[in-house]
Amino acid sequence: MTALLDTHGLQAFYGDAQALFGIDFTLSAGELVAVIGANGAGKSTFLKSLTGLLRAPSEAIRFKGEPIGGLPPGEIVRRGLAMVPEGRRLFPSLSVEENLLMGATPRRAGPWNLQRLYGLFPILAEKRRQPATSLSGGQQQMVALGRALMSNPELLLCDELSLGLAPVVIREIYAAMPAITGEGMTVVIVEQDVRMARQVSQRVYCFQDGRVSLTGRSDELTPEQISQAYFGIEEHHA
Amino acid sequence: MLETLLHGVLLGGLYTLFALGQSLMFGVMRLTNTAQGDFIILGAFAVIAGVSMTGASVPWLVVLAVLPLAFGFGYLLQRHVLNGTLGKDPLPSLVVTFGLSIVIQNLLLELFSADPRAIEVGALATASVPLGDTLALGALPLVILAVAVAATGAMQWMFTRTPLGRTFRAVSDDREIAELMGLKAKQVYALATGIAFVLIAIAGALQGMRTTVSPSDGPLLLLFAFEAVIIGGMGSFWGTLAGAMILGIAQQIGFRVDPGWGIWFGHLVFLAVLVLRPQGLFPKTR
Repeated sequence: MTALLDTHGLQAFYGDAQALFGIDFTLSAGELVAVIGANGAGKSTFLKSLTGLLRAPSEAIRFKGEPIGGLPPGEIVRRGLAMVPEGRRLFPSLSVEENLLMGATPRRAGPWNLQRLYGLFPILAEKRRQPATSLSGGQQQMVALGRALMSNPELLLCDELSLGLAPVVIREIYAAMPAITGEGMTVVIVEQDVRMARQVSQRVYCFQDGRVSLTGRSDELTPEQISQAYFGIEEHHA
Repeated sequence: MLETLLHGVLLGGLYTLFALGQSLMFGVMRLTNTAQGDFIILGAFAVIAGVSMTGASVPWLVVLAVLPLAFGFGYLLQRHVLNGTLGKDPLPSLVVTFGLSIVIQNLLLELFSADPRAIEVGALATASVPLGDTLALGALPLVILAVAVAATGAMQWMFTRTPLGRTFRAVSDDREIAELMGLKAKQVYALATGIAFVLIAIAGALQGMRTTVSPSDGPLLLLFAFEAVIIGGMGSFWGTLAGAMILGIAQQIGFRVDPGWGIWFGHLVFLAVLVLRPQGLFPKTR
């Protein structure tokens, strides 16, 4: 079986500073995989490389068998890879509904449309005419998630859905995941909340200092393994 | 006093048209077009040249023919010249549009000489609408005001209610994320400039009908456009219209006090706004 997405020795740089040191990552269609790791481990950088926001060598990233590294973000989203960016980054001048419609710019066919999204998050239907950034943090995250779904991606990348949200709100957001993956969508979540990440995912990649420090099935990894991979040996003793 | 106010509003209509294109380009891509006034004059001369080439007795059809040309010109200018100047640093776009300003002035001087010219509109130029016993307003200034209000309303509607306006706002809010959604920012910018140039051509044609134009008029028109945009704040196109009205009324009051004081009075009001309320009178309400 060929992978939906795989990276080989993916490196990434911010100017002269190297942020990723050869990431090997593979993903099959229909999986939900979590990427965990401490701040600065390279998780967000990894997603930015996949979506074209950061330059990557062409052959380092293959999506549906084709090299996509270095393509412009608009071309990558048209091929079926969408992202919920870190910090949501909704358009403040646009209403909730206008934000969602922006996500539909690539005009890909699929199950997700406004009606379907409002069914998943009824509160957004109620507030669809309000400025998106006037909503609560959790509701804004629903808009950001919905906006990405509107492009009907085959692969959805979620960067820190839980960032800055109360636990009850985080559970509410993740409660929508089965409805999303139920459509056969493949999902990668970057998550600081390790417990939530293990709970919802089938496999986990742990990043540390721009490298993969651990990978395995979510239900097989022990908390000790994870905390060691998460913090590294030195920090463990400190 | 009423007469002064009314004349100020009529003048404000013209200034609105000077400023709308500037407001759109700055709003969508934070680009300050310092050649705005010269492009307005170029628009006027395009109509003058069109009228003399076709021998048209009524210039309105020529104006209609110039509008799509202006759109194409603006689109291509943005696509091939101005897009390359955009970035975190505002200096390249200022330098390039300043350079364009000099090129246009000299080109017009070469082609049309320094003599002032006008677009003949026949009886409309002198027609007036009586208001009571003592007051009459020019028909042409009233037409200009109507066009200005219609253009402002159309821009506001386009910006807030249409898919195109939605993409303008999205790209202005967050270009990176807009591109992540599949928008092509450079193409969106080119469309915005194309529309701005239609407004610029309308402004030029009406300026050429109302008074005479000469190749060196541009910088003064740019100044009025700037002042209107800054007095109004960047919140909406209606704010630009309000700023233009305030500028027009201030100048008319100045003219009434002393014929040499009109423009200067406008500058004083502009400076007062800059000092007391630098965000403008109607800034973004977020």
